[in-house]
Amino acid sequence: MKAGIPSSWRRMKERYLLVGVHCDTCGHDFFPLRKICPLCRRKGKLVEKRFKGTGEIYSFTTVYTPPTGFDLRAPYTLALVQLDEGPKVLGMLEDIKPENVEIGARVEQIYRKWLEEGEGGLIHYGFAFRVV
Amino acid sequence: MRKVAIVGVGMTKFGEHWEMGFRDLILEAGVDALADANMQGNEIDGLFGGTMASGKMVGQEHIGALLADYMGLTPVASTRVEAACASGGLALRIGVMAIASGMHNRVIVGGVEKMTDVSADEATVALGGAGDQEWELFQGATFPALYALMARRHMVEFGTKEEHFASVAVKNHANAAKNKFAQYQKEITIQEVMESRPVASPLKILDCSPLSDGAAALVLVPLEDARKYNDTPIEILASTQASGSLALQSRRTHTALYATKIAAEKAYQMAKLQPKDIDVCEVHDCFTSAEVMAIEDLGFFPKGKGGFASFDGETALNSKISINTSGGLKGCGHPVGATGVKQAVEIAWQLRGQAGKRQVTGAEIGMTHNVGGSGATCVTHIMKRAD
Repeated sequence: MKAGIPSSWRRMKERYLLVGVHCDTCGHDFFPLRKICPLCRRKGKLVEKRFKGTGEIYSFTTVYTPPTGFDLRAPYTLALVQLDEGPKVLGMLEDIKPENVEIGARVEQIYRKWLEEGEGGLIHYGFAFRVV
Repeated sequence: MRKVAIVGVGMTKFGEHWEMGFRDLILEAGVDALADANMQGNEIDGLFGGTMASGKMVGQEHIGALLADYMGLTPVASTRVEAACASGGLALRIGVMAIASGMHNRVIVGGVEKMTDVSADEATVALGGAGDQEWELFQGATFPALYALMARRHMVEFGTKEEHFASVAVKNHANAAKNKFAQYQKEITIQEVMESRPVASPLKILDCSPLSDGAAALVLVPLEDARKYNDTPIEILASTQASGSLALQSRRTHTALYATKIAAEKAYQMAKLQPKDIDVCEVHDCFTSAEVMAIEDLGFFPKGKGGFASFDGETALNSKISINTSGGLKGCGHPVGATGVKQAVEIAWQLRGQAGKRQVTGAEIGMTHNVGGSGATCVTHIMKRAD
């Protein structure tokens, strides 16, 4: 998989700092960033919001058949995390054995490598989660 | 708006077709459908072809033009339709709209995917584009991982067990074994599913539909012209569509697909029918857990009961409601763009009484349910044998 430098640069705020948006009009939070509120559309007044990165495991899966670029990491566990502020975010669950993952476990955000684009290619970093 | 009928159907066997390329597959299905419609190619005034990932799988875009050219139909108006795994079902819907609106009179709808020219890894990446490429695939979330996340919630919220999911694969293989077009001709057992290699927990390889090559095609005309072409035309009573959030994390619920519920509700309204009126339905079982959700979302079983109902045999051939008599995506195979069209081909055969050993006795009303991605598009059709 490739993404190129400009598109990765555009996503840095979201990937590193978990920055999404809060809509002042309807009061909902969204991650990742939206340029238009999914509920209010043009009536929505959006303000950037940095999420704390704390939450709980809502669902998880351990992947045994990785896509290209993730071969060396398999098996790995992905979690759908319910952030304390409301939105859910999909992220890698690090430093834990698959059999020890539990629904409802508290997690916090950490930083990890996401993907290496082949030898000599771009290396992407971003958020991940670990159980506290 | 005019009523629309299917007057010709055709499909290739689904499976690994080393000797057939993308162009060869759709040609075979298209020719069979035209022959079935007793129609000449030069009578066609529109072509709608569904394919999801021809660019990544065979390096080819501009599929509309390619289909017309290779089928000898140039200069017919030819359009590629794409909605991930719902490309075929959506191609059918666009074809229906073309006829219903009066802008076309004889249309061929095709669906095709050639998935074995690339490695399984590359195919996995291509299929990952059905989800949110930036926020899901880019973090290693394969397509099975997305459905696995939903499957686990279904287990947590309703007590569904992995054995319940497995029973769906067993049933679909049993049906596929009666279908000469199906990729898999062998029955399997719950134990074999449970012991199969894990893919994305809790889903194992036998919970997952395979990579396949294949094509299917339909010929559509206004209902009023149908009997010129076929003695048993199939009338389309409803053709509906809805969208859902692209990424799983943006959804309100993870044990149902709202796109399915909305499309189905519109379909029942359009056809003036209820779920209990459906005799046979092809649902989108890209994974066993997807069928469990589908039969709930379509209203055939109460929320949360889909797993138990499947395990208890209530969706088997000639049971309470016959689900996936073709073998579904799991048993018949899933050449992505072809599936939605194949579903309609199977329902047409069922309603004509031509389904052989997998015939649903007295099938009067049939339905198809085709989903794109992890639920971001849903297309449904309801049909009956024309009076």
